[in-house]
Amino acid sequence: MPERGGLFEEKDRAGVGRQIVLPWSKAFEISMKSLKIRFWRSMITMSGIILAIAFLMSIWTSNAFLSSFKIAVLEEQGEGAAKSPPPKTVDSQENEQAEEPIARLRKALTKQKEDLEETGLSAKDIWLVVLSLLVCVVGIVNAMLMSVTERIREIGTMKCLGALNGFIVKLFLLESSLQGIAGTAIGIILGFILTFLRTYVYYGGATVAHFPGGGIAFCALMALLVGSFLSVFAAIFPAYRAAGMQPVDAMRVEE
Amino acid sequence: MSTADNVETKEHKIVRTKNVRRVYRMGNEEVHALRGITMTVQAGEYISIMGPSGSGKSTLFNMVGGLDKPTSGSVYIDEVDVAELDAYELAWLRCRKIGYIFQSFNLIPVMTALENVTLPMVFAGVSTDESRDKGVELLSKVGLGERVLHKPFELSGGQQQRVAIARAMANDPAIILADEPTGNLDLATGKEIIEMLKQMNDEFDVTIITATHDMKMLAASDRIVWITDGRVDRIERREDLDIEVGSVGGDTEGGVEASLRGEGEEEEGEQENQEQ
Repeated sequence: MPERGGLFEEKDRAGVGRQIVLPWSKAFEISMKSLKIRFWRSMITMSGIILAIAFLMSIWTSNAFLSSFKIAVLEEQGEGAAKSPPPKTVDSQENEQAEEPIARLRKALTKQKEDLEETGLSAKDIWLVVLSLLVCVVGIVNAMLMSVTERIREIGTMKCLGALNGFIVKLFLLESSLQGIAGTAIGIILGFILTFLRTYVYYGGATVAHFPGGGIAFCALMALLVGSFLSVFAAIFPAYRAAGMQPVDAMRVEE
Repeated sequence: MSTADNVETKEHKIVRTKNVRRVYRMGNEEVHALRGITMTVQAGEYISIMGPSGSGKSTLFNMVGGLDKPTSGSVYIDEVDVAELDAYELAWLRCRKIGYIFQSFNLIPVMTALENVTLPMVFAGVSTDESRDKGVELLSKVGLGERVLHKPFELSGGQQQRVAIARAMANDPAIILADEPTGNLDLATGKEIIEMLKQMNDEFDVTIITATHDMKMLAASDRIVWITDGRVDRIERREDLDIEVGSVGGDTEGGVEASLRGEGEEEEGEQENQEQ
């Protein structure tokens, strides 16, 4: 069969004979399989991301709604001021009754005035969001480290089969980012739906009338970036730890 | 050991160790797993490393396979010092030139039999179609042509080990390293696996190195290296073994040893027990 001369003669011919590769398509396939076989575990890890991103999204979205309402109210006020300078007439009261949602909006807005100055988010909100994202990162790191420990043998075997450290890092980062992107997407949808419903209950038709489509799309994009970045970031340490495993570990008999 | 007739490949030393020592540090204690081992494996040989547990057999085996580096001394694989290889070259060596077989099979659980066999070929840059064809061919060769799409947990131990043999053969390696390949298998299945290894050895001229204490392995091996207390106790050729292939049972170890003529690098000296 195949001729076997000196072990390293192929090596000297630079090029095809020397390469060791793991194509992205194959890495993607392997990562998907690893996630699938640990579906429920992945779901639990993912739920951390889902909740954190849903929270972030809901804060941003409700902020976008309120900003949109505020602009609407300001425009309304500007128009009203131009039309009828004296504030308390029968006319304007009728007007207010007719446009009841706007009046309620105005009331709600005066309460949150301080929060809605320029940045849009209160210090407390920012603190809560950062905290929830941090907890989420810790959760992912923990889950990935567990996954590494559980797969010492698998990693060692792959290294015996010729995997470079880079392959292992690739697989773990890919796995975490797939998980992260899926979780983020679900979180964005969940956060948006809940916030929309809440806003709708509070402000009624105005929610639809002054729907800040562009603002919410931007929020969703930002949330996607944050979620994906965090899930990759959280997997870096576990991935490098996995890659540092020696192939001898695969020889261990214990499960 | 230069007289036996199947040393025709003597000129090609595939693996050579020179005074290999390995010291592990366990807390404050130094554990001498290997105390200076010098041995040679010829290309195309079927060699078994035997010895009681704790004898340093597994450590030696890992050295020979390029999985571990000696504390002092050198290991040469095809006359290249393993210690001088960088991570990339080691990965290349493991991928293309060495096939590994483990006691507990070590198939990747998320992959089918075929995917397990094709993985080393993926690493080696073989195209998907080509690797699939070769994977199926190898699996048929080990008698699993019907089960290419089974996951490891759907296969019996013997079948898993056969997948592992097919996987080890994927990139036409020069050496197959088998660590207790029959350790997790029953007698009959273990025998099958040994026969299969022997068949690969005969058919593809691949060098087979096993670490084992399975006496069934004696019959298949060209040479047996007995390791005791981190040293080569003796090296024997099969022809020198005064045994009947069929009669070697687990209980006859003492008898077998008694009937063997010791030869090779026998070392006398202090035999203090280095195991904790």
